[in-house]
Amino acid sequence: MSNSNHKFNSGAFFDKIFRNSTMFFAFVVFSVIFAIMATLVVSSLPALKAFGAGFFFSDTWNPVTIQFGGLVPIYGTLVTAAIAMVIGIPVSFGIAMFITELCPNWLKRPLGVAIELLAGIPSIIYGMWGLFVFAPLFADYGQPWINDHLGSLPFIGVIFAGPTMGIGMLTAGIILAIMVIPFTSSVMRDVFEVVPPLLKESAYGLGATTWEVLKNIVLPYTKIGVVGGIMLGLGRALGETMAVTFVIGNAHELSASLLMPGNTISSALANEFTEAVGDVYTSSLITLGLTLFIITFIVLACAKLLLIKLAAQEGKQS
Amino acid sequence: MSSFNNTLYFQRRITNVITTALSVCTVAFALTFLVWILWTLFSNGFSYISLDVFTKNTPPPGSAGGLLNAIFGSLYMVLVATLIGTPIGVLAGTYLAEYGKAGWLAPATRFINDILLSAPSIVIGLFVYEVVVHRIGHFSGWAGAIALSLIVLPVIVRTTENMLQLVPGSLREAASALGSPQWKVTTFIVYRSARAGMLTGLLLAVARISGETAPLLFTALNNQFWSSDMNGAMSSVAVVIFQFAMSPYEDWQHLAWAGALLITLFVLGLNILARTIFRPGPISS
Repeated sequence: MSNSNHKFNSGAFFDKIFRNSTMFFAFVVFSVIFAIMATLVVSSLPALKAFGAGFFFSDTWNPVTIQFGGLVPIYGTLVTAAIAMVIGIPVSFGIAMFITELCPNWLKRPLGVAIELLAGIPSIIYGMWGLFVFAPLFADYGQPWINDHLGSLPFIGVIFAGPTMGIGMLTAGIILAIMVIPFTSSVMRDVFEVVPPLLKESAYGLGATTWEVLKNIVLPYTKIGVVGGIMLGLGRALGETMAVTFVIGNAHELSASLLMPGNTISSALANEFTEAVGDVYTSSLITLGLTLFIITFIVLACAKLLLIKLAAQEGKQS
Repeated sequence: MSSFNNTLYFQRRITNVITTALSVCTVAFALTFLVWILWTLFSNGFSYISLDVFTKNTPPPGSAGGLLNAIFGSLYMVLVATLIGTPIGVLAGTYLAEYGKAGWLAPATRFINDILLSAPSIVIGLFVYEVVVHRIGHFSGWAGAIALSLIVLPVIVRTTENMLQLVPGSLREAASALGSPQWKVTTFIVYRSARAGMLTGLLLAVARISGETAPLLFTALNNQFWSSDMNGAMSSVAVVIFQFAMSPYEDWQHLAWAGALLITLFVLGLNILARTIFRPGPISS
């Protein structure tokens, strides 16, 4: 009797250890993000002390005189991500529409796998392809066309006029678009698929076309999730490093033209961090990293909240 | 009246045809890039893959060489990162699935984990640089492996939780009814049933870090010579590709293409393996 009692107790003892160790590691995962935030804030202090809030509004970047401002890379990050979204959102929507409404059943799985493969290709491969294959073609055919047809427009022409070098902000934006499409389209596909078939069938029964079902039934039902998917893609476009580093041209110059080379936060880090000498230079780069982390944190948190909200709306567990 | 109806009907039909055609175009657009990128890799990389690539170290410009030290460094750091990240991730995921019903920790961790999943990898690199490289004073393979393990971690947590939740509750109840303590139920019954799914997650996580470059740039840096010392700078295929592709030397660029093809085949192979062989099916109880 006492023997079995002992066994029983040891079971409870191990239970406690097991439970607490899983809880400990969950807490470790939970704290990682605060550790990152705290470390980056501490390392940013020298730069923030030296330049104050003016760091974020200054476009100077001069390692020789030790004057640094983050405006150019921050601007480049936002602009390239915006280009990626302008191209990526409609394309992702079209792909999700095709997979959920138009695609024959036998094609669904291979197509899904193909899109997932697009997501699996390492970003450095996109960079090499962009630099050696896409950029030269774009310089020969794409950019002259853009110069001729869009560059001469009043007001917005200046955005599309410029040298046809192939590399630049527009090229980076296009490559980012290709990279975010798999993520955004797969979220959109997932949320489209949870629309109750009954709703869609009723609309089809009333004589609605595929497009009308999508626009009037599916999209209103899933709009929160669609926005969540877009934010997820945006988060990726903001933080992507290698692909952008290859094709953006790495110039610390502010330019209205999208054909000009520029810089993003992540490409500046990739190019300059190991060569940065002196505390203020390193610290300025880390301040840029912190800025990127805060921006993506906010975007990703919003995406996650929206997707939770959508799941709750369906009465499912998130 | 009837002609009005006809125009409206006609307009709706036209809109529908145009939008569905555009939808097909978007799919073609995405697939074109997939095929184009893969074709570029094969046509540029295939002819430069030779025995030398696997048997010689990265060369100085102008002389023959391969990627041996880089391939070794990549595999070594990925292995160490997986060994660090997997147990932590599995245990954390277990907490979320098995004990996470009440309290604030589980939902908060789930939320943070999903953000970590998409956090920019270069920021992870910065963090490890500050915490490890800066403190110790030099770049190291350990720092690279730690950075990669932080990228592996959220993937493992996510898949572990999802797979454990697929295991039917009746299975746990049956085991508990026989008198097993909960740790035994979890490790011997639940993990066993979810094994295939958890392996899939592991493979996908390995695939994900195999091609990572940004977090290695300023943690492991690079090393031109053979090195199996985790305390020193270590070479990796991805960083070598970055360095060689950006260089003006043609033979370096050729090696970069060979490396790019190898790394892509490796990553895509793992992806396909994870999705076919270990494809998570319904768990039999």
